[in-house]
Amino acid sequence: MPFSQTIEAFARALADPTRAPPAQTVGRENRPDARRFAVYRNNVAMSLIAAVEARYPVTRRLVGDAFFRAMSRAFVAHNKPRSAVILHYAANFPGFIAEFEPARDLPYLADVARLENAWVEAYHSAEAEPLAVAALAAVDPAKLGDLRFAFHPAARLLRSSHPAASIWAGHQGEGDAKPPDDWRGEEILVSRPDADVGVRILPFGGYSFAHALQNGATLGEAHLAMNFEGFDPGSHLIGLIEAGAISRFQI
Amino acid sequence: MSDAHLPSPRVAAALPNRSGVGLKPEHIDEILRDRPALGFFEIHAENYMGAGGPPHRRLEAIRALYPLSLHGVGLSIGSPKPLDREHLARLAALARRYQPGLFSEHLAWSSHDEGYLNDLLPLPYTQETLATVCEHVDQVQTALGRPMLLENPSTYVVFKESTISETDFIREIARRTGCGLLLDVGNVLVSAINHGFDALAYLDAFPLQRVGEIHLAGFAEARDDSGHLVLIDAHDSPVRDRVWDLYREMIARRGPIPTLVEWDNDVPEWPVLLGEARRAEAAMAQALSTMNEGARRHAV
Repeated sequence: MPFSQTIEAFARALADPTRAPPAQTVGRENRPDARRFAVYRNNVAMSLIAAVEARYPVTRRLVGDAFFRAMSRAFVAHNKPRSAVILHYAANFPGFIAEFEPARDLPYLADVARLENAWVEAYHSAEAEPLAVAALAAVDPAKLGDLRFAFHPAARLLRSSHPAASIWAGHQGEGDAKPPDDWRGEEILVSRPDADVGVRILPFGGYSFAHALQNGATLGEAHLAMNFEGFDPGSHLIGLIEAGAISRFQI
Repeated sequence: MSDAHLPSPRVAAALPNRSGVGLKPEHIDEILRDRPALGFFEIHAENYMGAGGPPHRRLEAIRALYPLSLHGVGLSIGSPKPLDREHLARLAALARRYQPGLFSEHLAWSSHDEGYLNDLLPLPYTQETLATVCEHVDQVQTALGRPMLLENPSTYVVFKESTISETDFIREIARRTGCGLLLDVGNVLVSAINHGFDALAYLDAFPLQRVGEIHLAGFAEARDDSGHLVLIDAHDSPVRDRVWDLYREMIARRGPIPTLVEWDNDVPEWPVLLGEARRAEAAMAQALSTMNEGARRHAV
């Protein structure tokens, strides 16, 4: 049998646990051996499940090991990594959770997973110098509205209709966590200006404002879009800079 | 077949002839604090293919203190499909950045149409597969601008269509491509038990002069459909006595070689892993003194 067909048959049998081991593969009795072949199936599944578990420790804590194992097993069965760089694998797991029928009673679960994914992405992001608040002092106050900002490569914005960041923060260790005092939506910034990843809950409106800036709006345009009483663009901007979410500005 | 016509691999002296361990993130703080005497650290290349952040900062700190061995697990050299050029480019960039003493990869495949399977899967040994693997090894060596080491696999099944023994297959790859070899002594034992051959006979047939590094690891045990013992290359426990025996035999035959203790799952506390590395160094010294004694007796 040509090489490509042998490997094709092996891969098909790996992907489908109901298939017999490939006829070309044999054990010591010179015939296909289901248990031997199952070692490969198990290695593939377990190594990918381990990668999902490593990326989503809080999500796992929230649902327990058995539930998480079943959910990640269902995920890896139909979502193989697109490259050998496993540190990028399972970035789409939160979307899978959102559609996962048995997790329907936990509507916040997918958002906690989104935060965990943002954390890992920030952890592995490129290095860049964060902007210092003092740098803004040199800008002519009349020109402030024209400023545009380049965000730090690690910066990630999320918005949840649940207290996803509070839940996440409350489950950093094993054991029972206290539920958030206030069950309301949260706007979240993940940043990593230096070595440590930081997670912050933004004040109300912070997500839309920062999202507009991140997508190229000027400070004036981003402010205009926030048409509600009492929105203070200055304090929001300084908050973003202090969190290390911005690396440069230009006029 | 004699090894006499094989040139000595240029990679053999790239790491010190001492023991090293696989670098695990949870051990790095202790290592940087204590700076233990160790020959080298080995990293899985794919774990350092992120753009930046703490993994690279900490690896820079380790690299400033120790030689590094770069070990790929995702190139899929043993696949009939062309190598992933982007992955090869990432690997070359990593090698330029960290200047490892050597680079090694596996005689296995791990990617298919479905995606990356994250396991080292076996291939048949035929003239056709030999030509493909040699082409891939050539490509890797060209991309990296240096010879690589190719590692012998641990396998649970063999292919009916294989026409070449594993040792002849590997020897021929080394001859055609000029690559060096990584002998995983644990894999030799695992495959020997799994397929019912003699591990020492495998060493007899292996081109030992091309070996630039040794791997040692723990294994797990299971049974196949017929009740035969199957060893699983689990990297989740201490190196077993039978692997140490085979290792000493290998050193006695070949002389000192950089030796890695692999422990990738259920990773122990740092002192336990360091203890395994010390044990490897002691076993190497013991095997060498036995060898020298033999040589002295022979001289008399």
